[in-house]
Amino acid sequence: MATAYEYDDATAAAANYDDQAGPQRQDLGYDPNFVPDSVKSFVVHLYRHIREKNVYEIHQMYETSFQTLSERLFKETPWPSVDAVAHYVDNDHVFCLLYREMWFRHLYARLSPTLKQRIDSWDNYCSLFQVVLHGVVNMQLPNQWLWDMVDEFVYQFQSFCQYRAKMKTKTEQEIALLRQHDQAWNVYGVLNFLQALVEKSMIIQILEQEKEGLEQFTYTDGYDYNGGSNVLKVLGYFSMVGLLRVHCLLGDYHTGLKCLLPIDISQQGVYTSVIGSHITTIYHYGFANLMLRRYVDAIREFNKILLYIYKTKQYHQKSPQYEQILKKNEQMYALLAICLSLCPQVKLVEETVNSQLREKYGEKMIRMQRYDDEAFAIYDELFSYACPKFITPSAPSFEEPLVNYNQDAYRLQLKLFLYEVKQQQLLSGVRTFLKVYSTISLAKLANYMEVDEPTLRTILMTYKHKTHAVDSEGKIISNADVDFYIDDDMIHVIESKPLKRYGDYFLRQIVKLEGVINDMDRIKLD
Amino acid sequence: MGRERDTQKMQQQVSFTVEQLVTVNPYNPDILPDLENYVNEQVSSETYSLDANLCLLRLYQFEPERLSTQIVARILVKALMAMPAPDFSLCLFLIPERVQMEEQFKTLIVLSHYLETGRFRQFWDEAAKSRHIVEAVPGFEQAIQSYAIHLLSLTYQKVPRSVLAEAINIEGLSLDKFLEQQMATCGWSIEKGHGKGQLIVLPSNEFNHPELKKNAADSVPLEHITRIFPILG
Repeated sequence: MATAYEYDDATAAAANYDDQAGPQRQDLGYDPNFVPDSVKSFVVHLYRHIREKNVYEIHQMYETSFQTLSERLFKETPWPSVDAVAHYVDNDHVFCLLYREMWFRHLYARLSPTLKQRIDSWDNYCSLFQVVLHGVVNMQLPNQWLWDMVDEFVYQFQSFCQYRAKMKTKTEQEIALLRQHDQAWNVYGVLNFLQALVEKSMIIQILEQEKEGLEQFTYTDGYDYNGGSNVLKVLGYFSMVGLLRVHCLLGDYHTGLKCLLPIDISQQGVYTSVIGSHITTIYHYGFANLMLRRYVDAIREFNKILLYIYKTKQYHQKSPQYEQILKKNEQMYALLAICLSLCPQVKLVEETVNSQLREKYGEKMIRMQRYDDEAFAIYDELFSYACPKFITPSAPSFEEPLVNYNQDAYRLQLKLFLYEVKQQQLLSGVRTFLKVYSTISLAKLANYMEVDEPTLRTILMTYKHKTHAVDSEGKIISNADVDFYIDDDMIHVIESKPLKRYGDYFLRQIVKLEGVINDMDRIKLD
Repeated sequence: MGRERDTQKMQQQVSFTVEQLVTVNPYNPDILPDLENYVNEQVSSETYSLDANLCLLRLYQFEPERLSTQIVARILVKALMAMPAPDFSLCLFLIPERVQMEEQFKTLIVLSHYLETGRFRQFWDEAAKSRHIVEAVPGFEQAIQSYAIHLLSLTYQKVPRSVLAEAINIEGLSLDKFLEQQMATCGWSIEKGHGKGQLIVLPSNEFNHPELKKNAADSVPLEHITRIFPILG
């Protein structure tokens, strides 16, 4: 029976969870060596399924059994230590690394890890990734698990940076431990592991060759049906998303998007095979494009994923990822509200998504477009709610006085974002007038907007600049919903006609007709 | 003569290696000096690499004690010259706030603000006051003039001479010469404006001539056509 887990930082820092003797039970409030029968059964079966490469069973145990047991027996305590279960699984080195990975993930989700535990988790990831990188792994694991590994790895890195940046409340022991283990969750280590997984798996080349029909990866969802292992390839694939995420946390949106480039997000792929990966990819892609002022790209992708979540979230109600899915859903609505306030292209948004958006943020979006102080406060609020948890990657200064600097990175990104919003302040006024006139002289418009002509010229050029973004290949693309050109001192408003898509229509009809003809050919006339 | 060519060749080899480093081994503190040298090389040879400069700014983020404000300033000036690309903002996202509070960076941010909001007169005034920052990077003036012309081309079919003059900071006889050059090479032409002076007719593009806008929505990607090849064949 699980008793309430007494948490004591000082004891925890000193204790090593993996070799407990009986007498320490009182300090921890639970016995890490006690292995309930259900856990014994769990590890024995999981070990067997992994050896037999039974991916379906592994997935069931990983997704369902682990959660059920956690809920029933380990609501507030960690799972039994790896040493206690090792002998049930032939002391298999790799299985133990996998078990520990799940063990730490459970700890982070349910409890608060100590510094020592954070460091131990880092060591475990190092060992696990090194085994995979050496290419000696021949398991097949479910994509869900492989995604969770990368996702958790980046999450624990982010969590460590946040933790480390709060220096004010650190004890002497913690500071000593931080100094001693300066390699743990070091930003170079994290990035280099992700990079190594991408490189060693040759995933970029595999995806390239797949386009030419020389490789099968997406078609098999990343699984290897030739007796090999999917682990390195799929970890390499998900590491590209991991790199996008880390770069966003650092504020380097350009490089983040570059890391994602080998994955074609206009199509289904292995990244859509796991909903967590699909959402994380699009969330960060959208956010990066928002910061790069490519509002139309962001709106398009947010629209697609929000529609997808709306249609499919009912199927994930029982899954452990459900809460995360809902949270990201809400955050992306906030980001969509921001994008549409800066770039009002409502026709890009699906009806269902639009009505959800109006419900959640309709009122706020009206106020944001006024660009007064209240508007900036709302931009601040939505950005702060929806943005990633930016980090300061450098090691802390251990000199007195110790300060908390965990908010610095976020504050900088917010400040620069609001600066950009302020630069666009006068644009909504221009839009309002351009929607009403087909031609108007500069003098007249200047009069209405209560500015002089030279100022109006600069405002109009600002409008042009801000609504024409530079895409990743250096081309200019127009984001403008309303556009114009100036002839000497006369503004001509460009009417945007609704676009008729004939190409797709004809393609569909051609295929349909071919089908009908084939059907008719099959009819035998006696 | 021979030695000059050798140095040039070596420089080409060095820049090839730095770009390779950035692609293959970017998360490596040892390449910091190479990246710093590369910034100086971009300045002197009037080339530019956003990826390499972002890589360096990241390394500065990882090890703030190695940050060189002089190098960062040069990166920012180069980024300004890349407008209309948002490179300047991309760099600012990676530079700690306390560094951005220094005088020279505040000036650069002000200059960027003027360019972002089309305030060319204020820009050139401020740039004149900060010669030491902007003259340290060759090609600065031309790059900004190029951006100004880009912006004018998005906005105007025909632009009054005075507006052009203010945007590119060229007046009088120099402006006449400049216009001659542009007419010969870039398809500009001049009309008489009603009473006030010359009207410069800028080349047509899809942004100032709506009829030239390609209806991109109706273009069908080749992959979709390949699906019906069996039917057509």
